[in-house]
Amino acid sequence: MKKGYKNWGPPLLLVSPTIIVIGIFVYGLIGANVAVSFSNRNSLVPATEFVGLDNYFALFAEERFIHSLQNLGVFTVFFIAGTMIFGFLWAWMLDKGVTAEGVFRSVFLFPMAISFVASGVVWRWLLNSAEGDRASGLNRIFENLGLGFLQNSWWNEPGWGMAAIALPAIWQLAGYVMALFLSGFRGIPEELREAARMDGATEWKLYRYVIFPQLSPVALSALIIVGHMSLKVFDLIMAITKSIYQTEVPATYLWVALTANDYAKSATIATILLLFVAVLIVPYLVYTARAERKQR
Amino acid sequence: MSVGTGLGKRPRTSAQPEMPGQSELRNRKRMSRTVKYVFLILFLVIVLMPVYVLIVTSLKPPQDVNPATSWGLPVRWPWEPALEGGPTGFDNWALAWNALSASIGRTFLLAIPAALISSFLGAMNGFVLARWRFPYADIVFTVILFGMFIPYQAIMTPLVQMKTSLGLPSDISTLLIVHVIYGLPICTLIFRNYYAGIPHELMEASRMDGAGMLRTFGSIVLPLSLPGFVVTIIWQFTSAWNDFLFALFLSNQNDGPVSLSLNNLAQGAQLANYGAAMAGALLASLPTLIVYIVLGKYFIGGLMSGSVKS
Repeated sequence: MKKGYKNWGPPLLLVSPTIIVIGIFVYGLIGANVAVSFSNRNSLVPATEFVGLDNYFALFAEERFIHSLQNLGVFTVFFIAGTMIFGFLWAWMLDKGVTAEGVFRSVFLFPMAISFVASGVVWRWLLNSAEGDRASGLNRIFENLGLGFLQNSWWNEPGWGMAAIALPAIWQLAGYVMALFLSGFRGIPEELREAARMDGATEWKLYRYVIFPQLSPVALSALIIVGHMSLKVFDLIMAITKSIYQTEVPATYLWVALTANDYAKSATIATILLLFVAVLIVPYLVYTARAERKQR
Repeated sequence: MSVGTGLGKRPRTSAQPEMPGQSELRNRKRMSRTVKYVFLILFLVIVLMPVYVLIVTSLKPPQDVNPATSWGLPVRWPWEPALEGGPTGFDNWALAWNALSASIGRTFLLAIPAALISSFLGAMNGFVLARWRFPYADIVFTVILFGMFIPYQAIMTPLVQMKTSLGLPSDISTLLIVHVIYGLPICTLIFRNYYAGIPHELMEASRMDGAGMLRTFGSIVLPLSLPGFVVTIIWQFTSAWNDFLFALFLSNQNDGPVSLSLNNLAQGAQLANYGAAMAGALLASLPTLIVYIVLGKYFIGGLMSGSVKS
């Protein structure tokens, strides 16, 4: 890189609107949010006091907030496991090319194009908790197929009910993970496969020792993307159940606090959520930035 | 990515006499292929199940929406005469259209400019960060990129306060600003990865000819950028169209985008009328589905650039 502002002045100028806007609307507002979380602004009246970490202590002492964290944990585990397993399985089955591959790919991918609000309309009905004669949705299928014992109250159950909310989320995003894995599979040069076959590797060994190891960066990307989406889940829950205790997660609890004008509380929940995401994302961003610099 | 390559096209008959065990091997391969198709079709059916429910239910008159027959086809199709002039399945669609048409129009006015503006800004950023760099460009890039991952809840409380204190309206104009801003990181990322693949020689030649940065961008890089624009426009259009969080926090029911009015239709006074809600969900999904079906080929490539791996 040549020296002197004549060389780096213009490019910096071109990016500066974005830097300024991101500076204000991402970092400035995050700062403002943290500041509110340290204040006693519990109403429309502006804050008068700095209360330090009091809001945080209060929140973690709340049974309701702990329950929302547990819900988020259950959701995250099922959502990540489901999208990764199905996404990988579909990509694996499509990898070697099947008849009408385009059809399968499009169908697995299309739920991604639909909003959570729209898919919530149908999933609210599929996951209806009524059983027996009044059963609709999935419970009705179980009833009709003579699998009545499989009927359950889905998300209406305050313990493991969040696993039911993961079903529509998996339905929407497993195709995305499939697309990531499929581009990963296709990115492996054919020569590598051929070389392994020449060395007498069976198909299984080819996958086990050549292809799967090559996929680990893609798997990591997928895991990070799906993981951070999971921590932010909001639309889907609002669309399927509205904001109720059984399905409450920090993001929907924040909405409850904000609509009650409890700004300090909503800001505190937001900061905690941001910390969760940052723990996942920051090391990943640093790692990819470093890996890229090495390549250069 | 070609369709139907690989196993399907391998010639399966051979003129030479078979080696012992070869036919068994072939049988086993055919067997595993069959198993694969059975599973693929099973998954296909499962994934399409909610769509079947949406379509079928939206065509049933409200009085026929009965839990016991909820998986069945309509007893009376919309074009068959209704009992005593009562509602038909078409009435669901009319109701949904009345409830959503205005907000669908507004959402186009939101999603199209949002996609175009953030794509263009993203292209400029991506060009600079990949090809016309300045000191610490990598750090600046990472700092911009973080904006893509933050939970928007983390900025929502002060953003709502900011909107109030600036007196911004609760309609799509405010949402447009917000979508442009928070779309910048992903558009920058996609274009940066895309431009990283442009040959060095092209840029060097332009520099040698004494072209400045803007000249190079405008006459060399932009004409090559169509595939990048397709990806960012699909991405931004879809995310602005489908957004519910910003809409809920920043706009109001009567001036907001389609996600708000659909949510209202589905959860409001019409709660008993599942048919209308499902017709509405289909209506509200059509634009993104069409974009996706028409431009779907480019989608997978775009998804890949959407991940941080470059």
